[in-house]
Amino acid sequence: MTAQSRHEALDEVDRRIVVATQAGLPLVPRPYHAVAEELGLDPDTVMGRMRRMLATGVIRRIGAVPNHYALGLRANGMSVWDVADEGVAALGRQVGALDFVSHCYHRPRHLPIWPYNLFAMVHGKSRAEVADKVASIADLLGAACRGHDVLYSTRILKKSGLRLVA
Amino acid sequence: MAEVSRIDAISGRTVDPLERALVDGWQRDLPLSERPYAEIAGRLGVSEDDVLAALGRLHARGVLSRVGAVVAPNQAGASTLAAMAVPADRLDHVAALVSGYDEVNHNYEREHALNLWFVVAAADAARLRQVLDEIEARTGLPVIDLPLVEAYHIDLGFPVQWR
Repeated sequence: MTAQSRHEALDEVDRRIVVATQAGLPLVPRPYHAVAEELGLDPDTVMGRMRRMLATGVIRRIGAVPNHYALGLRANGMSVWDVADEGVAALGRQVGALDFVSHCYHRPRHLPIWPYNLFAMVHGKSRAEVADKVASIADLLGAACRGHDVLYSTRILKKSGLRLVA
Repeated sequence: MAEVSRIDAISGRTVDPLERALVDGWQRDLPLSERPYAEIAGRLGVSEDDVLAALGRLHARGVLSRVGAVVAPNQAGASTLAAMAVPADRLDHVAALVSGYDEVNHNYEREHALNLWFVVAAADAARLRQVLDEIEARTGLPVIDLPLVEAYHIDLGFPVQWR
């Protein structure tokens, strides 16, 4: 299923629920009821729709969201890889299954400045730790990798969590 | 995780056992029920008030950015990862201009010729294009648009390495 088809499956009520909850649920005994009241919806509607969005993958998870930067994972390297397009899905699934990869995406190349089509975000306490992890991705990809780079972040200029704009 | 520790790296404060259990065990599967925090409390053998207070402390100290839903990108609305090659002497100005958009939720400086990387999430594809075009027009610099084709990772939360 493509991202687009999932998007089309969301109606306006779903969108309002996502917009109202993505910045965090209120820390009150009945958080879904509070959201429902804010939106003028029935609590069962809010919970039922969130349950459905979890099932379809629109919502990945509901829970405590740690701030990894604050917790000491200060080094973050965006590792980027040039692999054959026909193999990218199989390789991407292998890389995405590594426990130190927080995000793994196929994105288009933008030649000549950007030859890479597979992105894997790697976090660690230091650049050395990130570099070790990137080396293990290189081992995993082996000859399928035609080139790679690691882009370390030097400054976080804005980070507000992925938000939908109402 | 090999290391076992009870200190969070931001405040240097001791993380109490309940706080740690919440961070380690409840990054997913927050109950979709009337009183989710009471259910968690029951599982952990503490009171609902204890759970709410501990989550509030973790949030206040910045250990948790929130308790809530993690929404997959590109699912609701239109989003992309964008990159720009910004001359060093203009970087602060351009970065501030980019961050000024409500639609921009992550904006990182990275060590590369493409030194500014940001995620744009807009209500629809037309608004997304408009934001990218505006940034190009206002800065006179090209914006490289790298939309997600497919995601491969399974996001189950992330193990916290307590120091």
